[in-house]
Amino acid sequence: MAAAVNVDGCNKMIEFRSVNKWYGDFHVLKDIDLDIEAGQRVVICGPSGSGKSTLIRCINRLEEHQQGEILVEGEVLGDNPVANALIRRKVGMVFQQFNLFPHLTALDNCTLGPIKALGMSRAEAQERARAQLERVKIPEQADKFPQALSGGQQQRVAIARSLCMEPDVMLFDEPTSALDPEMIAEVLDTMIELADSGMTMICVTHEMGFAKTVADTIMFMDEGRIVEAAAPEKFFNSPDSARTRKFLDQILIH
Amino acid sequence: MIDRGAQFELTRNRPWWRGTTFDIVSFILGCVFLAWIVYRGAASMGYNWQWYRVPQYIYKVVDGEFIWGALMRGLMVTLEIALYSAVLMIVIGLVTTLLRLSRSFSGNLLATIYLEIIRNTPLLVQMFVFYFVIGPIFGIDRFWVAVLGLAFFEGAFAAEIIRAGILSVPKGQWEAANATGLGPVAIYRRVVLPQAIPLMLPPMTGLLVNLIKNSAIVSVIAVFDLTTEGRNIIADTYMSFEIWFTVALIYLSITIPLSLFVGMLERRVQQRS
Repeated sequence: MAAAVNVDGCNKMIEFRSVNKWYGDFHVLKDIDLDIEAGQRVVICGPSGSGKSTLIRCINRLEEHQQGEILVEGEVLGDNPVANALIRRKVGMVFQQFNLFPHLTALDNCTLGPIKALGMSRAEAQERARAQLERVKIPEQADKFPQALSGGQQQRVAIARSLCMEPDVMLFDEPTSALDPEMIAEVLDTMIELADSGMTMICVTHEMGFAKTVADTIMFMDEGRIVEAAAPEKFFNSPDSARTRKFLDQILIH
Repeated sequence: MIDRGAQFELTRNRPWWRGTTFDIVSFILGCVFLAWIVYRGAASMGYNWQWYRVPQYIYKVVDGEFIWGALMRGLMVTLEIALYSAVLMIVIGLVTTLLRLSRSFSGNLLATIYLEIIRNTPLLVQMFVFYFVIGPIFGIDRFWVAVLGLAFFEGAFAAEIIRAGILSVPKGQWEAANATGLGPVAIYRRVVLPQAIPLMLPPMTGLLVNLIKNSAIVSVIAVFDLTTEGRNIIADTYMSFEIWFTVALIYLSITIPLSLFVGMLERRVQQRS
């Protein structure tokens, strides 16, 4: 953890300043304060409905917050669609349901962003896409359509698609929750490799083994609040809050 | 899937009046009966059938030269109007949909007013408004008045089809496209429309059939389409039975292939999903 570097915020990747969000009357995010620095790997866990997905979806403004400020690389998120598109190019996102474009091949899924958002030439974009598909270990699937791929392969294409934008930070929203058990490992391996390469990552996941190996901070959320944020060792062995302990007991027993 | 045996059982246990043979026989008998009624009715009116005079209105050969008859020239005008209106209808439908899906209050209001007016007034009245009000104000000739009138009418229905198609694209696709940093134009062109258009095609082709049928209304503003030509011929010859049957057949020869095509498209969409 680079906590010491964080003196005047020059190294901050993402900041939440007392962020509040409501869905109608339902208060999903309550006074969230958060600093994430470049290179940090954060795992967010918590019971369903605790606001963890909403929190990371606010970072690239797929969800709007109503109060407080969110800064991505020093830029305040607002209502300007052009500014938001620029920020989204620096923030990659991987979804639970993969959300690959079904009418495009794996390769075209990866080149769409670089060509249309970054203005890259087709040849250049394809070269980059092939390199990223190589990195997630499915170069041979480049010309297949998503429905011809297994869930694990689809999710790895989705990761490659995000990486093709060369983002500064990657968001993972329960990336393995929709996968069959035997495919979870291949996606987690890809994510571990990514973490080793120094990528800033924020993962919502229940894979505690992954959290132990990869995360430098684990956050526990409940009822819209960050209840606990600690290094893995402390988080698993001596969490401060009783709520966290209870949650860990429930998920680690089985 | 019903297996062969069960299917056989179903066929065998059907009473005779539910069988295919009886179906076909009764259909033919029904048709013969209808034809007989028309024939008897015409005979009792003293109607003088003159089918031999009809072909000249379809085509003529004068001095070895082939000339299209009045009905065919009318059909060409009908198809021309339908073609221009169809293009304009799609543009109007698309713009209306974008206005409705946008967050702009005035855009929403404009689209809603347009849709409600078009859907809740008769096409005939709309055509007259275009002909007597909008045409003179902007100096538009009657052919383009006809095109505009039809396009604005069918555009309201096109908007509904386009909206349904766009909304059928899963939310995750929008999110993935947005998360990739694509702009709105690229999102629509590269992600949403390629998935929505296959779903829109069958109802859109159905709308085209509607457009061709509804184009008959332009005869009220004296555009020389198929229906107007038919009316003029009848005014000259009094052959109302033969000419209206012929006109209907010509419309059918255009719309039935299109309708069959719709059925084909629908089956393809069903297979894909």
